Amino acid sequence: MLIPFWRSSLLSLALLILFLGAWELALRSSAATGGSVVDAEYAALVGAAAAQGGQTPMPMPSEIAARLWQLLRDPFYVRGTNDQGIGVQIAYSLARVGIGFGLAALVAIPLGFAIGMSPLLGAVLNPFIQVLRPVSPLAWMPLALYTIKDSSISSVFVIFICSIWPMLLNTAFGVGSVRREWLNVARTLEAGSLKTAWRVILPAAAPTILTGMRISIGIAWLVIVAAEMLVGGTGIGYWVWNQWNNLSLADIVIAILMIGLVGLLLDRLLGWVAGAVAWQE
Amino acid sequence: MNHAYVSVEGIARRYPGATIFEDLWFGVNRGEFVCLVGHSGCGKTTVLNILAGLEKPSDGEVIVDGQAIEGPSLDRAVIFQGHALMPWMTAEQNVAFALSCRHKDMPRAQLRDAAREALERVGLTAAADKKPSQLSGGMKQRVGIARAFAIAPKMLLMDEPFSALDALTRGALQDEVARLVSEADQTAFMITHDVDEAILLADRILLMTNGPDARLAEVVVNTLPRPRMRATLHKLPGYHALREHILDFLITRSRLMAQGLPADWNPRHAPEVRPGA
Repeated sequence: MLIPFWRSSLLSLALLILFLGAWELALRSSAATGGSVVDAEYAALVGAAAAQGGQTPMPMPSEIAARLWQLLRDPFYVRGTNDQGIGVQIAYSLARVGIGFGLAALVAIPLGFAIGMSPLLGAVLNPFIQVLRPVSPLAWMPLALYTIKDSSISSVFVIFICSIWPMLLNTAFGVGSVRREWLNVARTLEAGSLKTAWRVILPAAAPTILTGMRISIGIAWLVIVAAEMLVGGTGIGYWVWNQWNNLSLADIVIAILMIGLVGLLLDRLLGWVAGAVAWQE
Repeated sequence: MNHAYVSVEGIARRYPGATIFEDLWFGVNRGEFVCLVGHSGCGKTTVLNILAGLEKPSDGEVIVDGQAIEGPSLDRAVIFQGHALMPWMTAEQNVAFALSCRHKDMPRAQLRDAAREALERVGLTAAADKKPSQLSGGMKQRVGIARAFAIAPKMLLMDEPFSALDALTRGALQDEVARLVSEADQTAFMITHDVDEAILLADRILLMTNGPDARLAEVVVNTLPRPRMRATLHKLPGYHALREHILDFLITRSRLMAQGLPADWNPRHAPEVRPGA
């Protein structure tokens, strides 16, 4: 049974409203009953927000919405190194992911091609790939910081390392499983190896390669937040950590929402490319 | 056999512990249509792949135009059993791809025109911009045929090209291939297990014994007059004798001869018979 899109969207919206309403109501009622009174000395220490006795630090959806509006009205301002708009932070993260992911694609796709074409090379490299692939990309961070000596480039390197594996393995698999009969067609036509690679193997393996790229960009977007929390400076990950230090939970909820939306967009973008290179028997 | 265009000289295919076929000798003359008939497992497809240069024989060699085969060549086009079209290319692009391999410097527009022309010859003008997934089985195989003829090969190799099609489509395509081959005076070698297909198309029919250890049992000369049409084939004089002879071979003698060949059988000159004459 095909469910009409409007009906499922309506239900999704209803679920969202229900969830936000429950959230809002729960916090309002706990605020009304009056929370614990904060110790005066502690209040002086942590600042005005926590000092307002009964107010819980957990923000209500209405407060988050107001803050979101405030952030989105001017997302690209730069007022010194520690005060930049959320758009600027996301742009930094996207740039790092773009560069790291792009470099990884430049290495992984040709190398995967070679592995897929040569079972010997695949067997030789396999132990290295199998050992390095399960390593958390953040484990590379100290080595990167020590050798590169630049925190921003180090996080690009971490993105590079984490995006390389799915692309490498998928390309190798896609190239290695190109139909024998298509290769035979190319051989009987005396198509050179470059022409065979470009016109036969690459389009045949493209859907598999794109699946690898899609997995990679997803992982890269997951890892960039953690990497930026670690190295600091700029980026949405750093911004999240900064707002945690400010105990500004509304900003963190907004960051989660933004990270999710950008991740969705990245996936859709590659999904669209995958659709363009897909073929059907 | 020295003047034959293709001369197959004692080829064999062996795997450790098993011989599929061996000591195979035959020739294909210029402009001749030769069919190879035999049961599954006698290595027919391997023979064709060796002629195409896609596989190497375990023993013996194949001489084409005075030269031993080193590998695949544009001079020997293959029509594959499955259509073997690239699913990401349209019908026209599939043919143009083959053409671009033959004519390395041909500009794109010219390739497209030539591809359209090749498709027109098999009646597929309307389907030129369709992907293989949008075409019926018969149409796909037509594109495969157009692709093979487009590069004007010296020889056409066909590996049961119609076996995956329904009877009606198969008949139409057989007539089509018969027409194209006679128009181009095309040298052709075809593998089939359809007796009527062999009688319709071939000048000579090679019969192989059952595998393993398959041999070339005999060569049947098809004396039925040309042009032959599928619809009137069975009315030609000698048709029934020819058909009966081949069927008899496939049903009983292919098995008996696999157990023991006649004493006077010579692998280099398999006996030639003319049951239709």
